[in-house]
Order: sequence, then C-alpha cells, then structure tokens
Amino acid sequence: MKPVGIHGVMAEFNTADELVAAGRRAYAEGYRRMDAYSPFPIEALDEAIGIPHTILPWIVFAGGILGGAAGYGLEYWTQVIAYPLVIGGKPLHSWPNFIPIWFETTVLGASIAAVVGMLALNGLPQPYHPVFNIQNFVDHGQNDRFYLLIEAKDPKFKSAEAQSFMTSLNAAGVWEVPN
Amino acid sequence: MATLPDNRPVDLTRPGYSTPVIAPGYNLEQVTAKIANVILTTKIKLGWFGVFIIAFGIMNLLLGAVGYLFVKGTGIWGINIPVGWGFAIVNFVWWIGIGHAGTLISAILLLLKQSWRTSINRFAEAMTLFAVACAGLFPLIHTGRPWLAAYWLFPYPNTMKVWPQFRSPLIWDVFAVSTYAIVSLLFWYTGLIPDVAALRDRAKNPIAKLFYGILSMGWRGSARHWHRYETAYLLLAGLSTPLVLSVHTVVSWDFAVSVVPGWHATIFPPYFVAGAIYSGFAMVLTLAIPIREAFNMKDFITDRHLNNMAKVMLGTGMIVAYGYATEAFFGWYSANKFEFFMIQNRMFGPYGPMYWFLILCNIAIPQSLWFKKVRSNVPVLFLISLVVNVGMWLERFVIVITSLHRDFLPSSWGMYHPTKWDWMTFFGTMGLFMTLFFLFIRVLPMIAIFEMRTLLPQAKVKH
Repeated sequence: MKPVGIHGVMAEFNTADELVAAGRRAYAEGYRRMDAYSPFPIEALDEAIGIPHTILPWIVFAGGILGGAAGYGLEYWTQVIAYPLVIGGKPLHSWPNFIPIWFETTVLGASIAAVVGMLALNGLPQPYHPVFNIQNFVDHGQNDRFYLLIEAKDPKFKSAEAQSFMTSLNAAGVWEVPN
Repeated sequence: MATLPDNRPVDLTRPGYSTPVIAPGYNLEQVTAKIANVILTTKIKLGWFGVFIIAFGIMNLLLGAVGYLFVKGTGIWGINIPVGWGFAIVNFVWWIGIGHAGTLISAILLLLKQSWRTSINRFAEAMTLFAVACAGLFPLIHTGRPWLAAYWLFPYPNTMKVWPQFRSPLIWDVFAVSTYAIVSLLFWYTGLIPDVAALRDRAKNPIAKLFYGILSMGWRGSARHWHRYETAYLLLAGLSTPLVLSVHTVVSWDFAVSVVPGWHATIFPPYFVAGAIYSGFAMVLTLAIPIREAFNMKDFITDRHLNNMAKVMLGTGMIVAYGYATEAFFGWYSANKFEFFMIQNRMFGPYGPMYWFLILCNIAIPQSLWFKKVRSNVPVLFLISLVVNVGMWLERFVIVITSLHRDFLPSSWGMYHPTKWDWMTFFGTMGLFMTLFFLFIRVLPMIAIFEMRTLLPQAKVKH
C-alpha cells in the first residue's frame, strides 16, 4: 500500500536559538499543530510552540498508589487471612513490619508508571513515522540540527503557504514531508 | 600551552583555572562522533579483547563453583555453626553497596543540579545494574538449592499454601533488592533511548541498525516527546533517591533487627548507606580511570570529575569513620558485657588484624585525599580507590564474622575459614561483573550523548 498525501512541511535550522525563534513566529502566525525536533531537550520550546503540560505526573501518582495498595494488600491478606502465623508474639496485623515492603512496592509502581506512561503518551514504540522520509532529518535529526514541522492537520495548513513562510524564517532547508 | 580541538590555545596554568566538565571547543557533531565511534567501528581494540577474555575466564570460575555447589550443597563452603553467614552475605552486601554510587550519581546529583555528573552517569548506572546482578546471585545460591527455596523468597500461590514471612527483614530485602534492580534498569534504559536513536541513524551495518532501531523504539526527538521524557526522567530521579537510601537501610536491618552483639545497633542504617556510597564511588573511580585512558575520553571525563569523586569519597569515608567510632562507643557505653566483649574481640581477637587493616584502608589512607596534589594525581587516586574497595569488603567481613564466631556461650565458639569454593565464587562474580561491563562499553554508549550535548554552549537558548 503506497502512502498518500503529505504529513506536513518541515524546515531545518542550524541552531537551537533559531528553532525556538522560528517556533514562536509560527505560533504567532496562527499555526497550532506543530512539532519541533532537536537532538537534546530544549525547555523554551514548550512555551514557544504551545506544548500543554503533560498529565504524566498524575499517572505516576496513580501508579504509586496502586503499587502501594497492592503491596500492603498482599501483606495483609497473606499474613492475616491466608496464612496467619504468630511470630514473636506480634499481632497478625503487625503494620510497622509491613512498612518497608509497602514503601518498595509504592516506588516500584510509580517507577513503572513513569516509564510505561511516558512511552504510551509518546506513542512509542512506533515502527514508522513520516519524518524519517526526509534524508536530511535521518542524517542530522539525532545529531546536530534542529527542525520545525507544521503538520498538514493544522486547520490553517496550505502546503505552498507553509513552505514560503518557513523559507522566510531563514531555514537552512524546507521540505514537504510525504506521509 | 595546550590547544583545543579547534586549535585555539588555552592557558591551563592561569590562576583560578578550574578544569571544565567538558573540554572546550567541541560541537554537537563532534560529541556524537566521539562517543558513538567507540561502538560503531569494526576495529575491536586488542586490549578490549584481551581484558574481555580474562574476565570471561574468571567468570567461568563462578560457573564451576556454583555448579559444584548445586551438586553438593552449601557444605562445600566454610560456613558452619556458629558462623552460619559467611562469604555469601559478605559479598552480597559488598556488591549491592557498590551499586549505590550509580544511583546516587544518576538520581541524587541530578536533583542537586550537579552538571558534572553527566559524563559519568551512564556507565555508573551500568555498574549499578551489573553489581546488583552479582549481589542478587548470593542470596539465591546461598540456599544451596534455589529452585526449592523460591516459595519463602517470593510470594506466589503454591501447592503447600504457605506464604513468605513479611515480618522478616530477609523478605524486606528480597523486595528492596528486586525493586532496586527493576527501577535501576528502567532508569538506565530510559536514559539510553535518545542515544540508541542517534546510533540507529548513524550505524551503517544493517544488523546494528536493526538492533539499535528496536531498542530506540522509534524515538525521533520530538519536542512533545522530550517534554514528557524530561518529566519522566525527573520523576524517576525523585523516586530513585529514597529508594537507594532504603535499599542499604533494609540490608542493614538484616543485621540490626537481630539480637546479635555487634549487629543490634541503631547506627546501622545511616552507617551502611554511607559505606555503600563510599565503596560505590571507589568502584566508579576504579572503572573510570582506566576507561578514560583506554578510550581517549579525557575531554569528557576530566580531572574535575576525578577530583569531585575523590571529594565525595572523602566525605562519605568520614561518615563511615564516625560509624566505626560509634560502634566502639556503643560497646563500652552500653555497659553490656556481651557488647563490650564483642568490640574487644573485634579489635584484639583472632580476626583483630583484619579490623586494623580495614581501619587502615577505609580511614587512614583516604585521609590523603584532603590534599589537592593527591586528588589530581591520577595513578595515586586509582590506587586509593582500590584500597577503599578492599577496605569496604573487609568491613563487611569483620561485621559478619566477628559478631558470629564468639557465641554467647564459650562452648559454642568457633572459627570461620572460607574454602576454595568460597573464593572461586567471589572472584567469579568479579569476572561476571567485568564481562558484562566490557560487553556494555562495546555495544552501548558509555557516556550519555544527549546529556553531553546540553553541556555545550550551543545548547544554551538565549531567549
């Protein structure tokens, strides 16, 4: 099956500064469905192209609660209900002894939620993505260049207009990204 | 006068000049190339191959020793009553302690915004994983027949309808160590994703491309992804920080919750955690010094890193020294004759020379780190790191053995002598550790490429 249509228009920049400035200009121009690509995280981009704050911390919080509840639940159920055994004269529900494992499972649940949640929200693993159709991006995207992409899904998107807009931003290269 | 990679001269003798965390004059491409080229080359260094073969050979000692153990049982070891805990627990505590420096560097120093951690965090995290793997072996094999012992270590529904005893510190330990192993692996892998993506796009060999392609999961460096990635990484660091402190605390409870003189002390958790970080930093230095030499990484792992790690060693070493002093004070101030006898026996009993040797290794010799001359002398620093590694192993040996070998009744006194199987198992785990480590530096970037990029002046966004 041959892919049809275009994914968007991509521009290449030589520095992180230029990318952030270009992102701001594009946002001011009214583009919203945008993405930027850089070989390292650039905090200023979040605000420049309008990336909303992620809900990931809530997922991690839920993961921690779930992990802790599962850990304590396991301890309570096995020690009090399934296999009650009096050790050292302690009550069956000897909660101070249950704290270390409750703590460990809380951390475990939160950590797994952080990694799995981050990957899931990012849509990874993803075997195919249109941006890799641009050879320049493959060669430099994870190395030393910076890219701004206006997606075709943007309501304001018209390929020719977007291309001339990108060229006006002093981009080192502008491409139409096939789907 | 030294010159930078871009041929600009720099005066290293200028007063107040402090070695930077990355040598000046690098650009983004050069950082990527320098780290990636160690891996993406068909030319394997002869030295790498030589050390790998030796490490692999030593690892086979472990295979032999564990194989024989499974045939004969723990009777081949030197343990008996009264010393029922021998090399297995000594080595377990030593290895797990070594792992702690990796998490400290990657998590705690990240939260404290110590940017010098960047070039050492990746291989320190790898060190953590492999050290935890070596540590984890001991509790498993010390049961003699681990496949029969699983039901009291791990909670799973079994036909006997019995469950682990959750009031026991030994089970806390199972949970602490396995959580630590999993979280360390997640942290390490998360850090690797953008770097393996860089390797994927750089690799020429189709097999390498496929391998890194699968590992990178299609990472493309999108700003939206970076935003969540940074959030996840920071949260993982925040979660790992209490975790790493809890792990050695729980390990120390294996001892402190018992009522054995020499173990039953409230100082144990902080004293064990400090000791763990101390030995871990010693191991990071032991690994970093030869590696930066062999792979020509002195521009990334600079003298500043070695100096800082030496300072951390000095600081944690002082906490450990305080721990020793407190133990001795407890022995006297408790007015308990068993406690007092224990500390006297530890210092002047049959294992007394080992106690004084550990004081020499862990307290006396590291005091030389107060001097900048010593901290900046790389061969001497390397030797001190080895001395601390030995000292910390001796510390665990002394704590375990001297507390056990004099029981409350003189009729139950005994001595502990490790057998050749004990030694083979111990050295074998060093072979396992080195084998894994050398495989790691051959196939994965030993320095975090994307984090190194953020140290460059080009990465600073002005607006």
